Amino acid sequence: MAVKVEKTGDGVYTLDCTGYVCPHPQIYTKKMIEKIKPGEVLEVTFDNPSSGESINALCVSAGNEIIERHQRGGKFIFKIRKSS
Amino acid sequence: MEGEARKKKIWALIIIGFFSLVSILTYAYNDYYIYLSAYLWFGLIYGMCLQYGRFCFSSAFRDLFALGVPRMVVGIMIATLLFGFVSSFVTASGFSTFHPSPSGIHSMIAGLIFGVGMVFAGGCASGSLYKTGEGNGVALLVIVSISVTQSSVASLGGWFNRLVPESWHASAISKKLPAAINVGDGWLDQYLAGYVWNHPKVTFASLLGMKNETMSGAFAGNLVTGVILPALLLLVVVYAIWGRKGFTREMLKDKKVLGWGDHLKGFWGMLRSSKRTSIAGLILGIACGLQMFVIEGLRIKFGVRNAGEILTRLGSDFGVSVRGTVFDPGYWYVTTQEAQWVGWVMQKLGVNNMDNIFFGYINGIPNPALNPADWMSLALIGGAAVMALLNNEFKFKKPTRELAAWAIIGGFLMGIGSRLGLGCNVGAFFVRVSNGDVGGWLFGIGMIGGAYIGVRFFNWWTERKLARELAGMEI
Repeated sequence: MAVKVEKTGDGVYTLDCTGYVCPHPQIYTKKMIEKIKPGEVLEVTFDNPSSGESINALCVSAGNEIIERHQRGGKFIFKIRKSS
Repeated sequence: MEGEARKKKIWALIIIGFFSLVSILTYAYNDYYIYLSAYLWFGLIYGMCLQYGRFCFSSAFRDLFALGVPRMVVGIMIATLLFGFVSSFVTASGFSTFHPSPSGIHSMIAGLIFGVGMVFAGGCASGSLYKTGEGNGVALLVIVSISVTQSSVASLGGWFNRLVPESWHASAISKKLPAAINVGDGWLDQYLAGYVWNHPKVTFASLLGMKNETMSGAFAGNLVTGVILPALLLLVVVYAIWGRKGFTREMLKDKKVLGWGDHLKGFWGMLRSSKRTSIAGLILGIACGLQMFVIEGLRIKFGVRNAGEILTRLGSDFGVSVRGTVFDPGYWYVTTQEAQWVGWVMQKLGVNNMDNIFFGYINGIPNPALNPADWMSLALIGGAAVMALLNNEFKFKKPTRELAAWAIIGGFLMGIGSRLGLGCNVGAFFVRVSNGDVGGWLFGIGMIGGAYIGVRFFNWWTERKLARELAGMEI
C-alpha cells in the first residue's frame, strides 16, 4: 500500500492516505501543499481521526483555506486551497 | 449511514454498561474491589479525554517539528499546569501517592530513545492505547511491541551481563537485596540497583530547601518553579519559533511592525487554537490530580499501603513481589502494566521471571484480572472506544506491512526507553513534571530531542515515497 496522488483537473489534485496512521497523512499533506502552486486545490482523503486536527491546524498556521470537509463512513475528506 | 451511527452509539452504551456491571458486581462480591474500580473509572475518563482531544505526546513534538503546528504542545502544557495545580493541593494535604524517582543523565538518554520510538510508531504509549480504542490495529501492534520489549528487557541476562560495568555490579550486590532476586545476574537489575538508585531523588522544592509536603514546597517550589515557569518558557519558545508567523498573519495586514500587545494577542490565540485539545487537557489535568486523592483515601480506608495487601486479603497472592507489593502507582501510568501482561503470560508458560527487580522485587506479576493498573488501561481503551463510537469515528483498521514494521520498531524503542527511564511519556514525563520532579524535565528534554531525530528520518522516508508516486506527473 502506498499513498495515491492523482491530478483530477486543472490545478486540482487528490491525495489518498486511506489506511495510514499518524503521522503519514499530515506529513504527506504538508509535502503536497508545498509542491502545488498557489491557488491550486488539494483534496486529501484519510481515515485516521487524529490527523484531521493536525491538518486543520497546519492549514490555519500556513494560511491555506479548507474550502470543504466531509466525513463519510469513517473517512475524512478535506479540500484545501493553497494560499496565494 | 444513520443506522450505522445509531448502532455505534448502542455499542458505546454497551461498553459503559459493561464497566458499570463489573464495578457493581465485584463490589457486591467484596468491598475491596472498589479499589480496582477507582482505577477503572479514572482510566475510562482518561480514554475519553485522550480520544476527544486527539491527545498524544508524540503528536505534540512531531507536529511541531514536522508541520510547525503547536496545538498539541499547548494542550499538553495546559494539562501539565492543571495537574500540577491539583497535585500541589493533594501533596500539601498529605494525600499524594507520588514519589520522585532518581534523576540523572539516564533520564535524558531514555527520553531520547523513547522520543525516536514514538515518532516511528505514530503514537506515544498513551496515544497508542486510545488509538487502539478507535479500532486501530497499528496502535495495538505498538502496544504488543512495547509490552514484549519491556518484559524481555526486565529479564535480560546471560550474554548481556557482559555489558554491565564492574562498578554497577559491585554497587548492586552491596544493596543486599533478597537472594530470590539474584541481583548480580541481569542487565536491568544491575542498571537499576547499581546505577540508577545511586542517583538523588530531586524535586524543585528540595532544590530550594523546602519540603514537598509543605504549602511553600508544594506551591512555590514544585508548582511555580517546577511547572509554571518551565511550561511558560517552553510555550514562549514555541510561539517565537513556530507560532508567531501563523498567529500574527492577520495583524500584519494592517501594520508593518508588531508590538508587545500584538504578540500577547498572538500568544493568547495560540493557547486557544484548539478548543478540543485544551478542554481535554483541562479535564485530564484535574482527573489526574483527583486520582491520587481518591486512591490515597481508599488506602487509608482499607488500612493498606499497596494493592498487594488487598490482593492477598482477597486470597490471590499469586505474582505478588517478595516485598508483598504489586504495581500500584496511585496515579495515571501506562507502560509497567503492559510489561506485566506479557510477564504474566510468560510465567504461565513456565518462564521464571520473578528473579529480577522489576517484577520480583517491585511490581510483581499479578493476574491481569486483579491488577489495578490493568483495569485502568483496559478502561482507557474502552473510554476511547466510547468516545470514538459516539462521534462515529470508530473503524477497525488492519495494519499494512509498512505500518506494522514502523509499529514494531517504534514500540521496541519505546519499550527500551520506558525501562531505562522508569516510565513513558506519562509516568516518566507528565506525572513527574507535574509533581515537581526534576527528572521529568530531563526525560522530556530527551524525548523532544528524540522526536526531532525521528521527524528528520521520517521526512526523508516520506519524501522518497512521494517522489516515487509523483514520478512522471507534472506538478
